[in-house]
Amino acid sequence: MESTKEKLKLAFYWAASCGGCEISLLEIGERILKVVEVADLVFCPCLVDTKYKDIEVMPDGALDVTFINGAIRSSENEHVAKLLRKKSKVLISYGSCACDGGIPSLANLFTLKDIKQHAYHETDSTDNPQRVEPRVKHTENGYELVLPELWNTVRKLNDIVRVDYYIPGCAPAAETTWNAIEQLLTGALPPLGNVIGAGKKAVCEECPYTKKDERITEFHRPHLFRADGEQCLLEQGLVCLGAATRSGCGAQCLQCGMPCRGCYGALPDVEDMGAKMISAIGSLVASNDEEEVKAVMGQIEDPAGTLYRFTLANSLLVRRKSDG
Amino acid sequence: MGNRVTIDPITRLEGHGKIEIFLKDDGSVDNVFFQVPELRGFEKFAEGRPVEELPRITSRICGVCPEAHSTASAKACDAVYGVTLPPTAAKLRELQYSVFYVGDHTTHFYALGGPDFVMGPDAPPALRNIIGVIGKVGLELGREVIRTRMEAHEIAGMLGGKRVHPVNLIPGGMSKGLVKPDEHKRVLEITERFVEFAKHTMKIFNDIVLANKDYVDLILSDPYQLAINNMGLVDANNKVNFYDGKVRVTGVDGKELFKYSPNEYLNFVAERVEPWSYLKFPYLKQIGWKGFVEGPGTSVYRATPLSRLNASDGMATPLAQAEYERMYSTLGGKPVNSTLATHWARCVEIMYAAERAYELARDTDITGPDYRVIPTATPKEGIGIVEAPRGTLTHHYVTDEKGIVVRANLIVGTTNNNAPICMSIKKAAQGVIKAGKDITEPMLNKVEMAFRAYDPCFGCATHSLPGQMPLVVNLRNADGTLIRSLSRL
Amino acid sequence: MSETVTQAHAAKETCPGGAFEPRIIGFLCWWCSYTGADLAGTSRIKYSPNVEVIRVMCSGRVDPTFVLHALAGGADGVLIAGCHPGDCHYINGNMKTAARFPLLMKLLKQYGIEEARVQMEWVSASEGEKFAQVVDKITEDVRKLGPLNWNSVVSE
Repeated sequence: MESTKEKLKLAFYWAASCGGCEISLLEIGERILKVVEVADLVFCPCLVDTKYKDIEVMPDGALDVTFINGAIRSSENEHVAKLLRKKSKVLISYGSCACDGGIPSLANLFTLKDIKQHAYHETDSTDNPQRVEPRVKHTENGYELVLPELWNTVRKLNDIVRVDYYIPGCAPAAETTWNAIEQLLTGALPPLGNVIGAGKKAVCEECPYTKKDERITEFHRPHLFRADGEQCLLEQGLVCLGAATRSGCGAQCLQCGMPCRGCYGALPDVEDMGAKMISAIGSLVASNDEEEVKAVMGQIEDPAGTLYRFTLANSLLVRRKSDG
Repeated sequence: MGNRVTIDPITRLEGHGKIEIFLKDDGSVDNVFFQVPELRGFEKFAEGRPVEELPRITSRICGVCPEAHSTASAKACDAVYGVTLPPTAAKLRELQYSVFYVGDHTTHFYALGGPDFVMGPDAPPALRNIIGVIGKVGLELGREVIRTRMEAHEIAGMLGGKRVHPVNLIPGGMSKGLVKPDEHKRVLEITERFVEFAKHTMKIFNDIVLANKDYVDLILSDPYQLAINNMGLVDANNKVNFYDGKVRVTGVDGKELFKYSPNEYLNFVAERVEPWSYLKFPYLKQIGWKGFVEGPGTSVYRATPLSRLNASDGMATPLAQAEYERMYSTLGGKPVNSTLATHWARCVEIMYAAERAYELARDTDITGPDYRVIPTATPKEGIGIVEAPRGTLTHHYVTDEKGIVVRANLIVGTTNNNAPICMSIKKAAQGVIKAGKDITEPMLNKVEMAFRAYDPCFGCATHSLPGQMPLVVNLRNADGTLIRSLSRL
Repeated sequence: MSETVTQAHAAKETCPGGAFEPRIIGFLCWWCSYTGADLAGTSRIKYSPNVEVIRVMCSGRVDPTFVLHALAGGADGVLIAGCHPGDCHYINGNMKTAARFPLLMKLLKQYGIEEARVQMEWVSASEGEKFAQVVDKITEDVRKLGPLNWNSVVSE
């Protein structure tokens, strides 16, 4: 009698996500057929029709590997993350939002109150004279309707549940995803809590531009400046986060003539990505004159939104303090 | 209060949503609510960002249609700086955009909404997905589908740097051109094949959907009709254009109601807030909110592939035009109000996008060196509109004199369709769930089919952020007439 | 150095009626500002005990991470002190500090942290008086602003 190996049960869930991670999974191309050979996609609202109730009735640990992408910013995100942690043997934080908070964590520069005020009352096209706002519990003509509660602060996945491995990127590049999947399928994994699929050095290692070891004399904004196509963008005066960002993406943005914005997150053992970038930039400015140095550094706009573009929820300060 | 059935989460779409179906005691449908449970706040956290960063930030509203946001954003940035793009830049933008459309519509047809037709709405859930579809249409076509997607993404990566979330769209043009001969050759090869693939997809639709009487009856059945206004971007000849043009709105009778250029959008579209969904409800401002109603005089409008075709006078490329004519002659003329016919319109658009991409790939300007200009004017304010696959997409930015955003407003593809989706789901539920009958899983799937036709992208729709607050209490008497409205600020 | 710490502890114990006493972390470079602080001590200059000193070889050693760590960890303010431009023992270490500081301050403003909480000063080895004045100033500036209490910000 032939024994058939049971297929792995996979889940792929999105919290406060854009769906890009789901698409990125398909970027591994035909290699997905190798995955389909050994695994069943049991829960993935984007692609298959399983519902929450189907997950709730599963025994704990029934799912072999679960990938969660998206930031945690509502009671629903939190609830499903905790549910999936219970039902999964291995839980993977997939993509920038789950790992670091991602773009949605830029909302941490504002309060929920400000954001709601803008969306429901201030935007130019909103017409809301009765000052209606969505409510967590609402009764409409006798029907009781509920919505998840939104949190003031956007969180990353490991703020809410224990995470076993991290796959970074917005979205993770095909090679990153495939390297990680291969490790999972073969069991060639590092200790729990590590990043998989990506590199350990900075994006500079993968960057096509030449480092001439020149100091920065002036900063430019990318749309107002033509880089020469040869030299390191940072040296030419474009703020590029490559020096503070983990490699693995193949420096795709650089290949396209655009400076890195740090979507693979910080390098190993770094607590705060933006702080490291400030440190790096500060070391590279050419001047021994205090006033001149101050003026050059003053040309950099929006450090919170640029140096922490993807990692605000994973910064030391996490969010802006509300005024008053 | 009676029984309720909850569908949570809705599936085979982008984003989050749930459907609450309230039943009367006899088991028939009393009311249905479609609720969007998520919000992220892009309109607010755009404030303080350098405007040139918005194409890369707003693309994260949606990872399925990042090109849509990046392109609308770049157009808004162009307008903020008052730049006119050189021909190569504008054509490259439209090429990138058309290629994206081929990939995106293909994904929807085969993986998201299409499985309901290809596998049948009553097929078991385990088969109602892309794997089931490949099993049914055969491995060869299945491979072609995968190949088309991969090749669309190959071009996306070539032009945009990354396959998901392009980085090349900047104020004034593109950061990279199509100047390398081997890249251009590849684009020509791929886009030529897209046209063939579009023909195969049309054939699949004909053979599997249109040749099946049950499906055709389903498409034409009453629960899936919705007679409301239609919106879409059109060129100077009123032909569908995804990248540029004016927004045209046609009424329930098919006649033009409004046509506006991007700068005028605020005179024509307004957004309403309801307490039971985080998503706002756009409507036609000049008519004023009339409620979730269809028929003449409604202010609710759709912005979908079907709406684009309804709102236009045809397609700008020959094969797509022939399909456009065939669709309307089969379904009895314009406008077509059958929500499920959106899938057909989507196939027509795949044809147009493929032809347009191939046309642009062969244009002599496309490999030129002028793929960007450096803006010189003082930045101020700008509005950019494109057709996202899911509907008309508007980005509106106001900046300070350094080009740092001080205010942003976004009306996103799927958001346009919020009210129509609510109405379509309710009608489908009422049509499918009957008094005295047990509710089966296939019936619930038929309810979901009503929204899947819209190819909704709730990541897009939920760009803004709300919270809880005061209350509007509407006192109605037994027949629903509003007696009094109380609100607490 | 030990005198400063003893003073800090003593001040905490005699703090009247629970009034807010700012907790400020001070990063002092060894060659200039730490020596200047020592001079303040040996000169018996009286000044606020609220700065808890961490000695570094050079102000250029101050990674902005340290500042954020201090603030996130409960400090109400941070002082960075180094050699005057041109006097750095490592030639231009302090120029790195001078470059990082304005960008760090711009960042902190975006986080809603008041400018006066984080200050940078040049203090030479012979400037005992100046050191005392610098400490008094930052202490009073922060006292006026009140506790930062960053923990409560994050749990909002």
